[in-house]
Amino acid sequence: MLTLNGERVELADAATVVDAVAATGASATGRGVAVAVGGEVVPRAEWSERRLADGESVEVVHAVQGG
Amino acid sequence: MPSRAASAGAGAAARAGEPESWSLGGRDWRSRLIVGTGGFRSLEQMERALEATGAEIVTVALRRVDPAAHGSVVDVIDRLGLFALPNTAGCYTARDAVRTARLAREAFETDWVKLEVIGDDRTLLPDAPELLEAAETLVDEGFKVLPYTNDDPVLARRLEEAGCAAVMPLGSPIGSGAGIRNPYNVRIIVESASVPVILDAGIGTASDAALAMELGCDGVLLASAVSRAADPALMARAMRQSVEAGYAARRAGRIPRRLHAQASTPDEGLPEL
Repeated sequence: MLTLNGERVELADAATVVDAVAATGASATGRGVAVAVGGEVVPRAEWSERRLADGESVEVVHAVQGG
Repeated sequence: MPSRAASAGAGAAARAGEPESWSLGGRDWRSRLIVGTGGFRSLEQMERALEATGAEIVTVALRRVDPAAHGSVVDVIDRLGLFALPNTAGCYTARDAVRTARLAREAFETDWVKLEVIGDDRTLLPDAPELLEAAETLVDEGFKVLPYTNDDPVLARRLEEAGCAAVMPLGSPIGSGAGIRNPYNVRIIVESASVPVILDAGIGTASDAALAMELGCDGVLLASAVSRAADPALMARAMRQSVEAGYAARRAGRIPRRLHAQASTPDEGLPEL
């Protein structure tokens, strides 16, 4: 189990950041998407290598309208 | 104040209908109006209004991906050829703001950030110590930091000394539409700053934006005044015109305020009837 955008989710063993991004429905190539694991940014180039461990907290964010 | 020669040149440019360009963050811009993308009722309405502002820089926020959302603010910004300036809206601590800025850098491939660190959700006023701490950290990490700050000349100076690319004092609380509550402080900030000063927050209507420019600000940042107006595109045009008008009026050199009248018609040659 890990936490993805505040929700408890189960991803496959050896899941990477790419899988987490896909689970949110965000485009893996889309501009304006960024990921933090445990509060630290994971650069896009490292998404496919960064394995997610049990209990980690993942935030997948994108651009929205804002002042 | 610009030199006399620079003023004359600017006047000629203005007469030719070409607004003088200005520098922010090491880049030249023509529009002095920066517009937030928040608060519009639809992306279509936002697009029409952004076009009408003539703005080149627009702010965006970062939030969790919502699979139910349709349409993308980024698509609109790209279509209009605008520069997306990410903000750290909703952050209450230096730590959260720094982390959000790092995410924004990754998401937008930009090191520019509109830094907001808020003290409470009732006033949305900046938390000065947290703001300064976040600004120092982000400048160290190579960000171009544009801090939303109080109308406090000392804090503005501290932010400039920290290496911020601009200072952005509020006119009044975010979304309040209360205008510029302390124009004297804004003047003091302008007088002291050697980085651009952008009036950020509190603009309610066109005269507020014009006043900001007349007070000496280099630009105006607003969102709600346009996005929540009954006719956003029309208010967008009004804001564009008022920023240009206020800036022109400032350079034009206004007459002094007098207690008594001063006739503009000569007394000489007045017939005795």
